[in-house]
Amino acid sequence: MNTNSNNRARVGLFVTCLVDLYRPTVGFAAVKLLLDAGCTVEVPESQTCCGQPAYSSGDRADTKAIARNTIAAFQDFDYVVAPSGSCAAMLKHHYPKLFEGDADWELRAKDLAARTHELLSFLTDVAGVTNVDVSWDGKVTYHDSCSGLRELKVKEQPRRLLSAVEGLTLTELPTAETCCGFGGTFCIKYADVSVEMVTRKAEDIRGTDADMLLAGDMGCLLNMAGRLKREGSEIEVRHVAEVLAGMTGRPSIGEAEQN
Amino acid sequence: MQSEAHNFKTAAKGAIADVNLQQALGNLETGFVAARARAAAGLDEFEAMRDAAVELKNHILANLDYYLARFEERVVAQGGTVHFCATAEEARQTILDLCRANGAKTVTKGKSMVAEEIALNPFLEANGIDPIETDLGEYIIQLAEEPPSHIIGPAVHKTKDQVSDLFHEHHGKYGKTERLTEPEDLVNEAREILRQKYFDADVGITGANFLIAETGSTIIVTNEGNGDLTQMLTPAHVVISSIDKVVPTLEDVSTILRVLARSATGQEMSAYTTLSTGPKRDGDLDGPGEFHVVLLDNGRSDLLGTNKQDMLRCIRCGACMNHCPVYLAVGGHTYGWVYPGPIGAALDPHFLGIEEAHHLPGASTFCGRCQEVCPMRIPLPEIMRHWREEAFEKKVGATPERLGIRAWAFFARRPRLYRLATRLAMRVLGRAGSVRGGRFESLPLASGWTRGRDMPAPEGRTFIDRWTAGER
Repeated sequence: MNTNSNNRARVGLFVTCLVDLYRPTVGFAAVKLLLDAGCTVEVPESQTCCGQPAYSSGDRADTKAIARNTIAAFQDFDYVVAPSGSCAAMLKHHYPKLFEGDADWELRAKDLAARTHELLSFLTDVAGVTNVDVSWDGKVTYHDSCSGLRELKVKEQPRRLLSAVEGLTLTELPTAETCCGFGGTFCIKYADVSVEMVTRKAEDIRGTDADMLLAGDMGCLLNMAGRLKREGSEIEVRHVAEVLAGMTGRPSIGEAEQN
Repeated sequence: MQSEAHNFKTAAKGAIADVNLQQALGNLETGFVAARARAAAGLDEFEAMRDAAVELKNHILANLDYYLARFEERVVAQGGTVHFCATAEEARQTILDLCRANGAKTVTKGKSMVAEEIALNPFLEANGIDPIETDLGEYIIQLAEEPPSHIIGPAVHKTKDQVSDLFHEHHGKYGKTERLTEPEDLVNEAREILRQKYFDADVGITGANFLIAETGSTIIVTNEGNGDLTQMLTPAHVVISSIDKVVPTLEDVSTILRVLARSATGQEMSAYTTLSTGPKRDGDLDGPGEFHVVLLDNGRSDLLGTNKQDMLRCIRCGACMNHCPVYLAVGGHTYGWVYPGPIGAALDPHFLGIEEAHHLPGASTFCGRCQEVCPMRIPLPEIMRHWREEAFEKKVGATPERLGIRAWAFFARRPRLYRLATRLAMRVLGRAGSVRGGRFESLPLASGWTRGRDMPAPEGRTFIDRWTAGER
């Protein structure tokens, strides 16, 4: 791990728009995990979104403008960490492709890409974290979000840290690697197909008998939580960072504070 | 075939509600997917073989003109003929002319997706020639008067019960009046009926998985042996194929064969790998009197040198659709044209135009599973994205969706404005959500979401808002 004069790596947290807007708890959980790993954490205020909604809609011009904003916001950090495989993959793999042929920005995009990591992958592969000092009693299951799994090879990293959580047992979801049907704008544009996909997913999740469903991407979590709640399921849905940071006191996704 | 690709959304709704289709798709997922996984895991060099196959195809595409000329030269040297056809129309007419020259009334056909692409059967029928499909799946859907729903399993959308009904309905005229239910009995009955057709046919038409430049041979890879009978027992053998199928040598074919069946059905090899080299020679015991190769371009050469060239590496194994969660939810017919699934989403707009086919590359979550299993490592999601870019530039597709993205991007490009707007919006939504138990059952502008799911409510204040206020 690269470190600065204080011997601590300087991490810029790319909060991601869904965590920023929907579930700040995940942002605070990420900060705690990064601090515990010995990093300093800063949150540039000028960040917005990675640009995927525009990118996946074929709107290249807007995507580039948003990407330039992100690249500028994070140019000074040793590492850029995002609590999302999808957004991290956007910065890491797609930004450099977006600016192919634009010498200056391509270079800056590649520089950002080299410093960017998905949260769980950063904690284990870069920061060398092997243990977490938290407990959670119960059975969880885990969904591998597509971008993290296939573009960033995030598979075993969250499982390794979860195995260190006292009291927690992981029951594997047989279809853990099958897309939940979120797909960004897909879930609205092709709502019928998306609902069919998440309905199958929810059935598989319920089949594990788990008390809690975890994943590393807010988009998938909102989608799966939304379907499970609609079906009246009691299964809690959380971002994996919440459990690892011991922040399970807050209501789970789709639940409110009890009055 | 007439494209129904523009109708994707409506067709998807119907497909999801179709109980028989859903049952058939379930079988596909447990069958092919599990078999491919076993085959890939069972061979240490599988990934290296994929790399070799990709490299080979890239080399071919960079030298396509050379290998096609070489192939033609070798076919002619063996006494056959190659007919290069730029368009579907030209290919249909060429085949019709060959049929007429042989006085054909009936033709037998092996499975060919290129024949589907040029809509050969309806054209032959309109011209008084009776085409008989001899591949079991193709035979089934010919009886049902449907197009294939999968590129290697044309009838995968049919359940066994539906096949029983079809045979019962259509085989009475051959004296077969019992409704059979066992798969083996059904196969035997079809085999018995088809056997006579091979002898009656005047021309046999097959596709080709490969065209070998070195020898002038064409190769078909099948599991039923119907292709062999189609081409051996008729006076003339017509191969309908496309220019992207050419491969330099027999040795090179084996490189691709090793990944083809493993990716497609999970078999190490298909049951039959049949080479055809020219017409019957003096002293041969059997074989066709004439050998013709109709080679279709149909815009394929336009893909060379573009950001979609990688599509031409496709070997039509079907792994992408077997593993596609969208295909497995809606089935092949929903795509509305010849090639369904991820390969169709990336290829069909080239044939149909993006205006007609924009839903196909649109209806993907970019989950990447197709690319993960594609033996030719075709970057299918990336090619679909290129099509979306073309659609966006041409303003194809729903206007509100496009304007919605532009409006959102207006804020996302302006951090200060974005902060202000999101801070306000999340406070309102957070408060509304907390009195509704943390989720919304319906929301204005999000009916697509809330039709089948609740919308979890945001916590309230945004992360950046709380962070800048000093919360840790």
